[in-house]
Amino acid sequence: MREEVAFRLNGHDVAVEVDVHRTLLDVLRDVLGEMGTKEGCGEGECGACTVLVDDAAVVSCLYPVCEADGTSVTTVEGLFEPGGELSPVQTAYLEFGGTQCGFCTPGMIMASVALLAENPDPSEEEIRYALTGNLCRCTGYVQIVESVRAAAELMMERPA
Amino acid sequence: MSKYRHVGTEAQRPEGADKLAGTARYIHDITVAGMLHGAIKFSEHAHARIVHIDTSRARALSGVRSVITADDVPEVRYGFMRDNLVLKKGKVRQFRDEVAAVAAIDPDIAREAVDLIEVEYEPLPSVFTPEEALAEGAVLIHETDAAGRPRTSNVVPLPCRHASGDLDAAKERTAHVVEGTYTVPRIQQAALGTSGCIAEFDRNGNLTITTKTQIPFLAQRDFNSILAALGLEGRNVRVVVPAVGGAFGTGLDTHAYEYISILLAWTTGKPVRILYDREQEFAYLSPRQSASMFIRQGCDAEGRFTFREVDVVQDNGAYTSWGATYPNVMLVAATSLYRVPAVRFDSRIVYTNNTYCQAMRGYGNPEITWPIESSLDDLAAAAGIDPYEMRLLNSNQPGDVTPMGLKLATCGLTECLDRTAARIDWKEARGPERRTARGVGMASLINVGGGGKIYASDGSGIILKLDDFGHVNVAYGGVEMGQGLHSALTLMVAEALGVEPENVHINETDTATSPWDVGTHASRGAFMAGNAAVMACEKLRARIFEHAEKVYPAEVERNLARLRDRGEDVSPAGFDYTSVTRDRFDLQGGRLFVVDAPDEPWLQIDLGRFLRAVHFTKEGGVGTIFTEEAFYEPPTELPDWDRGIGNMSASYTFGVQGVEVEVDVDTGEVRILRLVAVTDVGRVLSPQALRGQMYGGIAQGVGYALYEEIKTEEGRILNAGFTDYKMPSAADLDFPIELEFVETDDPYGPFGAKGAGEPGIVATAPAVGNAIFDAIGVRILDLPITPEKIIRALREKETAVAGAGGG
Ligand code: FES
Ligand code: FES
Repeated sequence: MREEVAFRLNGHDVAVEVDVHRTLLDVLRDVLGEMGTKEGCGEGECGACTVLVDDAAVVSCLYPVCEADGTSVTTVEGLFEPGGELSPVQTAYLEFGGTQCGFCTPGMIMASVALLAENPDPSEEEIRYALTGNLCRCTGYVQIVESVRAAAELMMERPA
Repeated sequence: MSKYRHVGTEAQRPEGADKLAGTARYIHDITVAGMLHGAIKFSEHAHARIVHIDTSRARALSGVRSVITADDVPEVRYGFMRDNLVLKKGKVRQFRDEVAAVAAIDPDIAREAVDLIEVEYEPLPSVFTPEEALAEGAVLIHETDAAGRPRTSNVVPLPCRHASGDLDAAKERTAHVVEGTYTVPRIQQAALGTSGCIAEFDRNGNLTITTKTQIPFLAQRDFNSILAALGLEGRNVRVVVPAVGGAFGTGLDTHAYEYISILLAWTTGKPVRILYDREQEFAYLSPRQSASMFIRQGCDAEGRFTFREVDVVQDNGAYTSWGATYPNVMLVAATSLYRVPAVRFDSRIVYTNNTYCQAMRGYGNPEITWPIESSLDDLAAAAGIDPYEMRLLNSNQPGDVTPMGLKLATCGLTECLDRTAARIDWKEARGPERRTARGVGMASLINVGGGGKIYASDGSGIILKLDDFGHVNVAYGGVEMGQGLHSALTLMVAEALGVEPENVHINETDTATSPWDVGTHASRGAFMAGNAAVMACEKLRARIFEHAEKVYPAEVERNLARLRDRGEDVSPAGFDYTSVTRDRFDLQGGRLFVVDAPDEPWLQIDLGRFLRAVHFTKEGGVGTIFTEEAFYEPPTELPDWDRGIGNMSASYTFGVQGVEVEVDVDTGEVRILRLVAVTDVGRVLSPQALRGQMYGGIAQGVGYALYEEIKTEEGRILNAGFTDYKMPSAADLDFPIELEFVETDDPYGPFGAKGAGEPGIVATAPAVGNAIFDAIGVRILDLPITPEKIIRALREKETAVAGAGGG
């Protein structure tokens, strides 16, 4: 069954007619061509596909696209202004080595953004807990945790 | 202060911003106009005769463009021993076996078509362990070898052995001996980015394959064979490597899915993409080898090693990959970790009906280091010596030539031991003051750090191309897969050439533009690329300075004229800039200047301006542009595997890990409290990338030590996904990891650096095992060290103690 689904994606209105069973991840990548969000498992276990739906982090590979109707979706593409600068979270990841192969990175960044929106000054333990659902095979998470801490400090210094 | 401007500085990853912005393009993100989607029908048995394949329903499905089986396409052999067929004929030998494939207009149709293919099988007896495979009368997995000669056993004919020193005499000098059989499980590389490729032909029959690989040039060689089979012998194969979402060894071999996409592209005349999802990645890509390793080692009364004997049996699975050469690398630690005067090493690799195995980070070294370092602690206990002291006593030293013939130009093992012991508070943490069920352990490692020669050439080429604007484009055939090759290479080119890192750009790896490279493995990337880059930069600088003699005076005059126009009074008196000779020039930070007057701004020429002046020459004559190539082949030997002798690497990396653990004796749960890793890397090139390699390797080491394991039942994988395959999460690694680097300035390394991609994973498991032994007095021989194994061992110990008490 096909249905029209309309939502805001990174600040722009989009409307697509899609099979209602499709996931938000599928629609982002295959219908809308937004390739920033990655699929690491397709079963909700790795977090590579994390995006924000109305500011809450969700795994888009399990998120039915019809539920996104009327919401505001932010993907990693939404953090980067064309010709502009990287967001504080991205800047911190770059500076502290929070990315290696980069495949977990978009999801990791979105999970970090969601965490910092909720808890602007998280402890290391809180960061580790918040990122439990985001697997990374490259980094051992140390520099990711450092990046998120650094992002918190950067954002507290100069609030957006 | 460092003598280097760029090498060793806290630089950011050059390709990092794209990864963070989601704009790095992985194979999953690439589409080509007109592209079809391929899917593969895999075996439903571990070992069975293929009676009949019915593809009629699949062919009839709307949207399907091609269905192929072994009967439809020419036979293509591949695999390390060429023992595998791209599409299986006659029989299947594992669940990974590819029996048919489909190309369709969308992935869902392709998958549906695969489900419509019906294969009739006649099951055959199967063997799932080396013991079963080696048993008298066991079914033969391969009846013949690649050349059609009959085979008589399931042993893979890849001998690798070693014998040095006088073993009998050594045993006589021995005061203490320990022995044991240690095992390691199959684990999954589990790169977050799954596998995939896109194959396409042009109308001249030339192939371009964009694929997730670590060996673009060996892949090119492999794919030549498929062109030959298709009647396209001599046509061009171009291998392009997009951003790689982690590889850890999975890209060291060409895979059936790559050949299948090529075949489908050929049968359809369209580009064909095949992508694996996570479940397929687990089930149909190849895991790390499991192995069983018997070790016996002895020492004299003072604790000096007298001998070491190792027998390895490796479960190869149904076909060979490069991973079948693990014992070649195991030899390094088996013969050369510590000074051991007499060594015997033997190995057997055995075909089974399990999924064939493939390399993973460390390539045999984490496997072999597990028994060596675990049994060292047992030997120390038998001899009544502190295991740290015993390691010190036997430590390798710079200048040593080991029984394998490894030449240790540099060796910081002793310092790594001392630094680890200091950082982990060795004496106190093992002392009587500690809390119950807490303990510390350590383990050392040796790893190839300057390539690892197991192929005819272990070399790397590089091309540096300067453009008119002072940018340098680097074409290198190795692969950035997250390890930070581009970080290190950027800094090394900037350093060696004399430009700023932001003006260094590393090309996408592409066999059409990059020079030959054997592949990115064995911790070799930065070492090889750096050595090649230094060679090419020297040539470039020499040519730049030669041409500077001609254009420099005119360019200085332009500087002067410009300053005069601005009303500044510059007097060039006192320095003759008109006849500077080539040996007086220097290039630093993208500015050409004269070493005798390095600080005068008017005597400095921007590199871009210089390059344009030489290119668009005004002096008449022919202008020039600057491109230089270099090929670096390390001064190593391809060992004689029958004797296990040969200096296979130009440099050797050493390291030690120390771990403190707490064991819950009621649940068997092991908690790591902290971990220290001190590594002799020769020289730190890019600290950020190096730390990343170490932390990441250690995380994999912790998984290997404590929980990772592929579970199978009769050859079928049971935990094909992250739900059931436990891999460390951020919350699991909630202990501090301290890193320290020892810089021994290796004479063969670029800027003194040795390879450091693998060492992180090598020593973790034995360090954890030794810490557990220190904490609760039980030794687990089989990885992973699960709570169940600890509880069982504790019970056995109690029973033994009770038994002894009663007797
Ligand atoms: S792809 Fe969605 S959680 Fe892994
Ligand atoms: S950076 Fe490779 S998986 Fe996280």
